[in-house]
Amino acid sequence: MLSFIAQRIAKGAVVLIAIVILNFFLIRLAPGDPAVVMAGEAGASDPIFVAQLREKFGLDRPLLEQLFVYVKGVLSLDLGFSFRQQMPVASLIAERLPATLLLTLSAFTISLALGITFGALAARFAGTWADTAVTVAALLFYATPIFWVALMAILLFSVTLNWLPSFGYETVGGNYTGVARVLDIGVHLIMPAMTLGLFFMATYTRMTRASMLEVKRLDFVKTARAKGLRNNVIQRRHVLRNALLPVVTLAGVHAGTLVGGAVLIETVFAWPGIGRLLYEALLQRDYNLLLGVFVVCSAMVLIFNLITDLVYRLVDPRIEFAS
Amino acid sequence: MLKAISLSLLLSCSFGATAWAQEPKMGGWINAVIQPEPPGLMLAQIQNGPTQMVSGNIYEGLLRYSKTLEPLPGLAESWSVSDDAKTYTFKLKSGVTWHDGKPFTSADVLFSIEMLKQTHGRARTNLVQLDKVETPDDTTVVFKLTQPFGPFLGIFEVGSMPMVPKHLYEGTDYKTNPNNNTPIGTGPFMFKEWKKGSFIQLVKNPNYHVKGKPYIDGIYWQIIPDAAARSVAFETGKVDVLPGGSVENFDVPRLSKVKGACITGEGWEFFSPLAWMWLNNRAGPTANKKVRQAIMYAVDREFAKDVIWNGLGKVATGPSASTIKFYTDDVPKYPFDPAKAKALLKEAGYKGEKVRLMPLPYGETWQRWGEAVKQNLIDVGFNIETIATDVPGSNQKIGDWDYDIAFTYLYQYGDPALGVARNYISSNIAKGQVFNNVEGYSNPEVDRLFAEGANATPDSKRKELYEKAQKILVEDVPVAWLLELQFPTITNCKIKNLITTGIGVNDGFRDAWIDK
Repeated sequence: MLSFIAQRIAKGAVVLIAIVILNFFLIRLAPGDPAVVMAGEAGASDPIFVAQLREKFGLDRPLLEQLFVYVKGVLSLDLGFSFRQQMPVASLIAERLPATLLLTLSAFTISLALGITFGALAARFAGTWADTAVTVAALLFYATPIFWVALMAILLFSVTLNWLPSFGYETVGGNYTGVARVLDIGVHLIMPAMTLGLFFMATYTRMTRASMLEVKRLDFVKTARAKGLRNNVIQRRHVLRNALLPVVTLAGVHAGTLVGGAVLIETVFAWPGIGRLLYEALLQRDYNLLLGVFVVCSAMVLIFNLITDLVYRLVDPRIEFAS
Repeated sequence: MLKAISLSLLLSCSFGATAWAQEPKMGGWINAVIQPEPPGLMLAQIQNGPTQMVSGNIYEGLLRYSKTLEPLPGLAESWSVSDDAKTYTFKLKSGVTWHDGKPFTSADVLFSIEMLKQTHGRARTNLVQLDKVETPDDTTVVFKLTQPFGPFLGIFEVGSMPMVPKHLYEGTDYKTNPNNNTPIGTGPFMFKEWKKGSFIQLVKNPNYHVKGKPYIDGIYWQIIPDAAARSVAFETGKVDVLPGGSVENFDVPRLSKVKGACITGEGWEFFSPLAWMWLNNRAGPTANKKVRQAIMYAVDREFAKDVIWNGLGKVATGPSASTIKFYTDDVPKYPFDPAKAKALLKEAGYKGEKVRLMPLPYGETWQRWGEAVKQNLIDVGFNIETIATDVPGSNQKIGDWDYDIAFTYLYQYGDPALGVARNYISSNIAKGQVFNNVEGYSNPEVDRLFAEGANATPDSKRKELYEKAQKILVEDVPVAWLLELQFPTITNCKIKNLITTGIGVNDGFRDAWIDK
């Protein structure tokens, strides 16, 4: 297993460098230039000032030289300097990463736990009103735009009922410490995590239900039933466990992309995470920051893919690691 | 229309009318919205709107400006101008200290000027006629110009020329100086904390050079990226101040009705944002003056003001906003007249060639305006194709002259020499650069009038020159002027005296207090 992990990490590093090089060129294909954006903000864009900005940020150097400097930096874990925010990229990302991880992992846990539970229930009671209710609700959450759900949640829970804060990571000026701070962050987390989790919950519900219904028809389930096992045991130990593999695959893909994919939720709820950082960097053509966020997100996808492979083994012991 | 009128009335009279009559109260915190999050707070290096708004509390300029754009004392307590209008002498306030306790002196002013020439595009342009700066003593600064420059007394506001501490920046790499992240100024508030993506905290400067001020204990600038969420934050009482432009305009009437909400359009007099459409004067149908005039007649600007901007602002008559110096409305007029627009298009021989229209990617209000103008132009016979892009893409297309019609708005900085001439003089035609003469208009007479206007004395002579320039420009229609924009500031009414100058919220909260 250790050699499997080592192999995957080595392959991952190569993929990561390829991603860096590809992204380096891709983002420069987008129209617009960070120096012109910044000069424009100064309210006076004369050629000398723009040239000065380009020189200051190394944008006047040949493209291949810029790439060489950047890749060399990445290899020594230096993600460069943000043109616009005037701070090292690594510091900017490190500052935002905890908030994003808290949000996405909470949403992910909620969606996975509830999605599998509801999916299993729907499959267990297939064809009944409970199955219909779960299926319709899942379809509704799956089809509703996430930002609209977020705005409606704010209207209901913040404006009308005044139960939950409408924005932010914690109460500004609250100066809470210890348990009080944890609770404060928790209260702020409820709406964004639930909203973000709803879409994924719907996906897992549908996937679990469909997968379980398929497994239920297989011969080994009939055998288990013939052996006289109780229905609950059959559902839990045999059907659900075998039906989980596609859900784990999907969850693995989602987990990796969640880090950079919470842009809408982070924007609507003013959650200070990486998604917003990415969006702002994109609008300002902040090349180094964009590349830095891409590197982190790509690394996350690779890590979660590795974890997914390891979880396969736990869910289905018949799967072996190729050495 | 009724809604528009009532909002205008509200704007004109509801904000702090009795503020001066009451005795200011000490203490309390103000929660204000800042949008978008500033990239940094070092005002000498970053000059975007949000940076100016927050850092206007930390840094100061030598002068401030009243709502009628008269200079007011700032870090300079007095000033004089020589008879030949080439020497300006400023007497600095004594006893002023930086937030780290070091004294502020004329050496800081001299250093700031030199630094700003390298880091501040607009300051460099404003100082182009500066010959040298002398500092005969710690509290005297003498600016010597190569020739008279009419608007010189108008370039010392905090955003245009912030004072920087020499002892922290001299001999350092300005870009990576650690003080950029913990800015030190002389202003009424000191930097305390910046939780990126959440808030910026400023605290009262206990040693501020204006005794007794500031009144409040500090400011939390809250970073809320979504416009709807900012409106909700105000409605639920989580923020007290929505500076101009921080909510979509269609939300303004609703927010102005929130219990305890006050609203004002004041505080933008210095900037006087003017919206227009760049018209490509070089190629395509818009190269023809008659087509450009047809556009002016085709666009229903009153509709845009009343419906899209909820009655806020004023229809523009030409290149100067009515709030800046030397404005005249004695220019050719372009009322909404589709029939005349059609006739002009026929005269121009327009055959339905495609015209690319690029709305400004600044949010919903601007998108709606783009749609309305597109409809106006289609109605008189134009073949319009809308081009959608983001801000950097839009800047690139405009800078590369790759457009036919493109929306924009720019600040005018109180004087035609500072904020108007740059868009019409031939020497400012430079491919790849935005916000200069990107339409490609070139008229030697206009060049001469603007050049002479900047250097002429006295003001009556300048007035004459600029009025002539305005008349020629309005006749030639190098761009299609739309509206003098008004960005209302919405506050909790318990916040008093927030806006006291023509620089508005960007001038800091030094006079603000909370009526508890």
